[in-house]
Amino acid sequence: MKIKAPESISFAETSFCPGCGHGIVARLIGEVMEEMGLTEKLLTVVDVACASLNIDTWRFDTIMAAHGRPIATAIGVKKVRKDNPVLAYLGDGAAYSIGIAETMYGALRNDNVVAIVINNGVFGMTGGQMAPTTLEGQKTSTSIKGRDISKTGKPFDVVKVLGDLDVAYLARSSVSNATDIKKTKKYIRKAFEKHMNNEGYCLVEILSPCPTNLGMKPVRCAERVDKVVADYYKTGEYIDKEGIQ
Amino acid sequence: MEYVLMKGNEALAEAAIRAGCRFFSGYPITPQSEILEYLSWRMDEVEGEFIQTESELAGINMLLGASAAGARVITSSSGPGFSLLQEGISYLVAADLPAVIVDVMRYGNGLGDIGQSQGDYWQLTRGGGHGDYRVIVLAPASVQENADLTYLAFDLSEKYRHPVLIASDAAIGQMVEKVVLPEMQEHDIDKFNWSIKGCKKGEEQRKITNLLYYMGNYDSFLIDKYKSMEGNEQRWESIYLEDAEVVLVSYGISSRVCKEAVKVARKQGIKLGLIRPITLWPFPIEAFKELSDKCKALMTVEMNILGQMVDDVVLAVNNAYPVYKYTTVKDVPETEIVIEKVKKIILDEEV
Amino acid sequence: MVEIISAGFGGQGVLTAGLILAKIAINNGKNVTWIPSYGSEMRGGTANCNVKIDDQEIASPFVKNIDVLIAMNAPSVEKFENMIKPDGLLIVNSSMVKGKKYRDDIRIVKVPANDIAREVNNPKGLNITVLGAFAKATGIFDKDSFIEGIDGFFASKGIVNPANRLCFEKGYDLLDN
Repeated sequence: MKIKAPESISFAETSFCPGCGHGIVARLIGEVMEEMGLTEKLLTVVDVACASLNIDTWRFDTIMAAHGRPIATAIGVKKVRKDNPVLAYLGDGAAYSIGIAETMYGALRNDNVVAIVINNGVFGMTGGQMAPTTLEGQKTSTSIKGRDISKTGKPFDVVKVLGDLDVAYLARSSVSNATDIKKTKKYIRKAFEKHMNNEGYCLVEILSPCPTNLGMKPVRCAERVDKVVADYYKTGEYIDKEGIQ
Repeated sequence: MEYVLMKGNEALAEAAIRAGCRFFSGYPITPQSEILEYLSWRMDEVEGEFIQTESELAGINMLLGASAAGARVITSSSGPGFSLLQEGISYLVAADLPAVIVDVMRYGNGLGDIGQSQGDYWQLTRGGGHGDYRVIVLAPASVQENADLTYLAFDLSEKYRHPVLIASDAAIGQMVEKVVLPEMQEHDIDKFNWSIKGCKKGEEQRKITNLLYYMGNYDSFLIDKYKSMEGNEQRWESIYLEDAEVVLVSYGISSRVCKEAVKVARKQGIKLGLIRPITLWPFPIEAFKELSDKCKALMTVEMNILGQMVDDVVLAVNNAYPVYKYTTVKDVPETEIVIEKVKKIILDEEV
Repeated sequence: MVEIISAGFGGQGVLTAGLILAKIAINNGKNVTWIPSYGSEMRGGTANCNVKIDDQEIASPFVKNIDVLIAMNAPSVEKFENMIKPDGLLIVNSSMVKGKKYRDDIRIVKVPANDIAREVNNPKGLNITVLGAFAKATGIFDKDSFIEGIDGFFASKGIVNPANRLCFEKGYDLLDN
């Protein structure tokens, strides 16, 4: 069978686990870049966790930034390379825990970068510890009896935190089924269109299965995202502003 | 030559602009805030980027992005703020990225105080962040050197693709002196093949990450890189080493006092000399080869209580001479005390 | 070497007075250092700067033994009078420091700086008035280079204020030839 993929995909051996959503998102980014004619221009900044594996998955010029800092680093890149699209690609631990200040301030300044945040509900690379996005009662290696929100607070919802800010675009989607994958691609494309239009900060959160750390079969894990995760983290477009041109 | 009067911090900032630096990201902290204040309007004038960031962490990581994109970049901090930069400096080293980072040293551990100090010597010269590295450290002793060494720092950091630190202090930063500013030069962000700019069809993808992951000969690469910096970049000034019985070793603000002490001592017939390291790393061990057989002892003069530079001097002279120290906390060392201690050394009394 | 401390309340222009002296000094081919007090020391509204002027290279910028103290208020006299060298000079703002007994081994020049500045309708010019007295009392540089230095300093900041000249002259003329 001939595999058709965007030119930006390297076909290097992938380190993503079976059933993981990262690879799907990488492909969608590649397709969007190809359709927008930006394949040779995109500059990406990935986090050191699972997100970092994309440095080998795609062929874009890429920085692997310190944990939690890809958005800050991407802002630095964009200030220097104003004509290039610049993407920060990171997980929920990076964006909402250690890097929450950078995520917030990028939004408060409405810095012109695209941030794609993969929300899989755990710290993946380090072996499935509790993340800001871990659901109430969800068992992880640091919440073995299930997340106790009386101690940890409620799961982090980016829409509640950034929802009232003057950013260009805020959306959430999922890569757990074919319909949502198509929608995810649409959101990614819109974010990059706004970005190329200099409208400002565009953050797309993508719900993704992590079968390895949840100890589930890939199909079951994807179904859980559809039924359980997406029930708490509602998908859709939350901010879609006409920006400054 | 046209002299202007400038504050040390401002001369440093202007020299960065003239070196073609067009990117600053950082956070206010006394006594370095004039660097931010100056660049906040000056970057506008030259169409550069100035970002007052949410923290030093964001500042150093933005700086990394801008450096990877090919710009000449600078940030500055002091004391507790400088400690927050250390992780990022380690990342810059790991990824072989140039950057100029300024520590306008203030006194003390924890919050400390805003007065001048040379208490970050170990932090600056030993690496400071996690891992296995050192960086070039330039130590200005005047407003003029604040400008000249900052200008040089950009060239060195590009030459070695390595961060370069400026070890300034509150006194040098706050002081106004006359200064001749360097020539304005332009920097082309496309001049390096390694900087990220977009991967064209058929081109090799540029990966800005720890070299460790992809470099086959990483061990020998590191050995050669550090050897080359140690071999080429030792800088110092020395006075009267040919006949000095006691040699002071001192840098930055303290070295100015030592220079005066040498003059005063010579008038009194005391054979005193001085080695002033301009690079704290690589430590100028070559300078110590100039010591004559008349040399009896050395003494570091520095503004930290532990005598942080003593180790380096002991290593540089390979235990051939005793090494004493005159250290102070918040006050700049005094000429009279330097001479008093030197007299005791000559008389073999307890210093 | 001439070692100077210029001290007073914030807003009395003591740092500027020091900077102007520094400017005049380099115009006359001298080396100079100027360093302000700052941070916690400045709380409470007092400020000072240390100025050193020399033909030689200057070591520490910090003044220990004062040749000339410019004291614009009483706390500055309290703080620094004892650091003045024997036969040194104290220029004191007599509009604000009154009825005080000074050391008898130093020279005292009293300048009613606030009164003069008010008189010529230039309330911010008290530091310039004091510089007039400084120029005459020290004779360190000629009068014209003071005038040039003061004008040049303000011109570089885009300020032209002819009343400054009046302040300077009045301060200068306070002292007999």
